[in-house]
Amino acid sequence: MIEKALYGSKKYWIWVLFLVALLGVCFHFYLLQLKDGLTITGMSRNVSWGLYIAQFTYLVGVAASAVMLVIPYYLHHYKAFARMMILGEFMAIAAVTMCMLFIFVDLGQPMRVMNVLLYPQLHSVMFWDMTVLSGYLILNILIGWNTLEAERKNAPPPSWIKPLIYLSVVWAISIHTVTAFLYAGLPGRPYWLSAIMAARFLAGAFCSGPALLLLLVFFVQRFVQYRVGDEAIKALSKIVAYAMSVNVFFLLLEIFTAFYSRIPDDMNAFRYLFVGLDGHTTLVPAMWVSVGLSIVSLAILVPPQLRDNRRLLTMALIALVIATWIDKGFSLIAAGFVPNPFDRVTVYLPTFPEIMIALGVYTIGLLILTILWKVAISVKEKTTA
Amino acid sequence: MYNSGKIIIGLVLFIGLVTTPIWFNIGKADVKPDPSLNTPVIQQMKVKHCIESKQFMIDNHMRLLYDWRYAVVRDNMTIYKSTTGQYFTMSLETTCFHCHSNEKQFCNQCHTYANIQPYCWECHVKPAQESANGH
Amino acid sequence: MDIDKRQFLKIVGVSSALWIGSRLAGGLSSVFGIKDRFDKRALADAGYEVSKMLPDPKELKARQWAMAIDIRQFKTPDDYTRCIGVCDKIHNIPDIPTKQDIKWIWEEPYNAAFPEQHNQYMEAALENKSVLLLCNQCEFPPCVRVCPTGATFKRPDGIVMMDYHRCIGCRYCMAACPYGSRSFNFRDPRPYIKKIDPDYPTRTRGVVEKCDFCAERLDQGLMPACVDASKGAMIFGDLRDQNSAIRKVLSTNFSIRRKPELGTQPNVFYIL
Repeated sequence: MIEKALYGSKKYWIWVLFLVALLGVCFHFYLLQLKDGLTITGMSRNVSWGLYIAQFTYLVGVAASAVMLVIPYYLHHYKAFARMMILGEFMAIAAVTMCMLFIFVDLGQPMRVMNVLLYPQLHSVMFWDMTVLSGYLILNILIGWNTLEAERKNAPPPSWIKPLIYLSVVWAISIHTVTAFLYAGLPGRPYWLSAIMAARFLAGAFCSGPALLLLLVFFVQRFVQYRVGDEAIKALSKIVAYAMSVNVFFLLLEIFTAFYSRIPDDMNAFRYLFVGLDGHTTLVPAMWVSVGLSIVSLAILVPPQLRDNRRLLTMALIALVIATWIDKGFSLIAAGFVPNPFDRVTVYLPTFPEIMIALGVYTIGLLILTILWKVAISVKEKTTA
Repeated sequence: MYNSGKIIIGLVLFIGLVTTPIWFNIGKADVKPDPSLNTPVIQQMKVKHCIESKQFMIDNHMRLLYDWRYAVVRDNMTIYKSTTGQYFTMSLETTCFHCHSNEKQFCNQCHTYANIQPYCWECHVKPAQESANGH
Repeated sequence: MDIDKRQFLKIVGVSSALWIGSRLAGGLSSVFGIKDRFDKRALADAGYEVSKMLPDPKELKARQWAMAIDIRQFKTPDDYTRCIGVCDKIHNIPDIPTKQDIKWIWEEPYNAAFPEQHNQYMEAALENKSVLLLCNQCEFPPCVRVCPTGATFKRPDGIVMMDYHRCIGCRYCMAACPYGSRSFNFRDPRPYIKKIDPDYPTRTRGVVEKCDFCAERLDQGLMPACVDASKGAMIFGDLRDQNSAIRKVLSTNFSIRRKPELGTQPNVFYIL
């Protein structure tokens, strides 16, 4: 089946070659980091995690969001998602791979990464995160590949795949919950120390992931005959609308608790993000952009008349992805370290090499996604033609 | 055989790739390792004996150091009782380098030959004589 | 030959998977039995008895090491720099003049050390005073809880120790430490060490480091270097021994700790 990735149009090959070339450029910066260490990043003693871990967090959400297709399709037999399922599962594979790579590029001693398995520490959330992520990757490969293969052969999928699919539902929730636990269980980081963290993560995931999936589908549909179907798009955008509403609601809950209680520790990070703290206002413009885009996306997504307009929907989804990325893919980590244990603000901004390395990981993800989707769409076009 | 041309080219490429170590090293001088024991401290020893027998040290020094490292860092043990009943401090710096102060002529001889790069020196400080020699 | 291509591939696949599996299992089992990695069989074959590793008979023992810092006795700048200087020197602490710096023991103003204790209109002498900070060697250390490899762990004497050989540099411990006591080697520290002390290892790029109450000195029967240099302003001892120096000081003086509300039970006490 994989051979389908070897036969493609000229545009397909130009795209693949472009990604490979871009990857080559980015890899050069990773070599630089291997040589000089993480000193080439903008991270510091006070803000010791940055862009890499933030991307990891965001992409765990994207990976987990495949469950928004799995539940309706497999648990409620919602057939409209039939032509979308495999794309979501394959996007999850690309996303989980990127998650693992983002953890890897963040390590100070990448050669020792296997120590996590050689000396497993059951009390470390990071150990569990690695376990659930690898499990999720395997589950999605097994499920995605086997259902597609079955479809190609015009046969029902093997019976052992059913329990795995049900397991994958729970597993998807678990990957993002455990990722939230990475942060939510730390004393002395008030911005993260919140019981609603996992719920917020899931809400953010269930809007940003499907939004990203829809955008990618819209993009790919310009080049292929394959169509996922209008009903699927409508249904998924409805899911995005609900999830985004819940996401914003959860954020407001956090803000209420902090600002009505007036406990400085709880307010500080929000102040840093939205108005600036001790004169440090670097992230403030980005946060208000995020707020603005969130409002725009909700304004379009909530009323059905606007949501069902494809052009408006595309705009809303782009706004949503950017808004949630600023919130979860950047400021969540940068602000968690502010203020530091000495009540001081250390501003974090990624450096150019750091951005290039992150771009490199995204390029690998896109390459995987391209190949997997190429296979999936080729198979699907043949069987439904 | 279908596609025989492609398969044969593929096989040739594959064999070429897996044999790269041979191609890379072909014709290179094969200098036998010759660890030197010629250091001032060893010269002054009446009985030239390491903490264990020479053969044991050749065979097991890496395991011994690994165990020392584990014992010192994780089990706060610092003393090693050798099979001859002598006591030594388990320390690369104060015990090993005390005699073997010639890293280049001693450690590196075999490590280079076997293409092993122990990362000891990234943290542990090389014997003074060696660092004076320009590392 | 009754094997078709498909069967052949299956046989090849299964047997190579088995081979890889057995290799992996072998490798893992030898690593999991890490404490027994001393090759006892090889020793026995060579006619040796298995040798022993022992603690130093001079080692100082405790059930929970703790420190009290009497900040009343820190009067001149030299009182601070003496303690900091000796630590930096014997532990090869680099002096990196950026935000990616390394600190084991350092000075902070009282307000930064105890942000939640910062009252309005407080005693000026105290408000403007500097306090020495170091790893609190918590009884319930969050850094140990989160470490995915056991590179940071608690010794039986309560010291929160670092195994620099095992650290993968994920910096989870830095996020977990509520006291900002941990530093990461963003770069090779050696060019930033004024004079390398050959008796103590430097650290390598990519690992986290921190104060360990001079575990290496305690194991040789010596007090922590800063305690020795403090001329009595830092008191060190076993918190579980009611006759220890630290217990005497704590029972007769008012002391506070950093962020006690987090339940980590810090073992560095400050006498005001």
